[in-house]
Amino acid sequence: MTDSIHDMGGMDGFGKVEPEPNEPPFHQPWEGRVLAMQRAMGYAGAWNIDMSRAAQELLPPQVYVSVSYYKRWALGIEHNLLKQGLADAGEIAAGHAKTSAKPLKRKLTSEKIAAVMTRGSYGRPAPVPARFKPGDRVRTKNIHPQTHTRLPRYVRGHVGTVELVHGCHVFPDTSAVGHGENPQWLYTVVFDGRELWGADADPTIKVSIDAFEPYLEAP
Amino acid sequence: MQLRVRALETVLSEKGYIDPAALDLIVEAYETRIGPQSGARVVAKAWTDPEFKSRLLADGTAAVRSLGYENPVGDHLVVVENTDRVHNMVVCTLCSCYPWEMLGLPPVWYKSAPYRSRAVKDPRGVLRDFGITLPQTTEIRVWDSTAETRYLVLPMRPPGTSGLSADELAALVTRDSMIGTGFPKSAERA
Repeated sequence: MTDSIHDMGGMDGFGKVEPEPNEPPFHQPWEGRVLAMQRAMGYAGAWNIDMSRAAQELLPPQVYVSVSYYKRWALGIEHNLLKQGLADAGEIAAGHAKTSAKPLKRKLTSEKIAAVMTRGSYGRPAPVPARFKPGDRVRTKNIHPQTHTRLPRYVRGHVGTVELVHGCHVFPDTSAVGHGENPQWLYTVVFDGRELWGADADPTIKVSIDAFEPYLEAP
Repeated sequence: MQLRVRALETVLSEKGYIDPAALDLIVEAYETRIGPQSGARVVAKAWTDPEFKSRLLADGTAAVRSLGYENPVGDHLVVVENTDRVHNMVVCTLCSCYPWEMLGLPPVWYKSAPYRSRAVKDPRGVLRDFGITLPQTTEIRVWDSTAETRYLVLPMRPPGTSGLSADELAALVTRDSMIGTGFPKSAERA
């Protein structure tokens, strides 16, 4: 979903940032297992990174803000297992497989883990020339898709400047719903803080997002 | 949660989707090998080698790969330089995107609602939570990681460090200084 709780930029009321001194990589042993399961299932082709984000965005807001980061991941994995027909709710509740497995593309074994310790590449050959270039003024569209998007609410309908062109990348909006990679040009677009937060905002602040071309129009 | 996750892992393993031994190695890598020391070495190299620094700022992935680290960096790494005029800060308001090959796993605060909500609207207030006050004349540039690009801040080299080796310099580079919510340690306090 697009306008859900995960899209937090600019919200008030969450309080102070509280750094934890000497924080360990994991606070509980199960957190590491969840992270590793997510990597292994991604490698297996069970779902992609956009689908794993989209699953977490479907969590009810009160759940999303009250559970830990890795619990959100675990809930997202459970959601995607059911959605992809890879396990059923009875199996997840019982902790044992009762039905036959669905074939996956491949399986992550110990010799292969280097493949998941480096981020994948999302750059793709460009099907069409870029519409914008550095220095161009652009407006982000005021859109509210009912499915996954990476255009945050706080920038929608605002005018910024193209600063970087990153090439063509996998488009999360289609990738998340199984409609393919549909590569789109990706730009860093920078906004003046006052454009986003009003005339009395701090004039020394600039904020950028990475915006796919379908999010942008001429101002 | 321990039981629930064990149940999940058992189902996936019995179905043949995952190999628990591979999971052990992933966890071990994050617990023992992958952390901000990688980013710190890149920063120290940039402080001591102007030619590397210009390559790093032009193409972060290619420059870091040229160092031949054990854990290679993925595509689309963008390194942004702090100067007297501009202070960079990295956030992911939509989830928790983070350059983990350079910095290890993100800390809890980076993934928390307070940081994700406020970094783009009140970055000076967020920096105050970290005990940092920047001059009112400094431009604050916040990079919201909304795609598969990953941002790493190249902090300013602390004064009084001209005689230090790259290893000694790397020891001054903190994780938070590469996110933009901290500064490197000073030479005297290292």
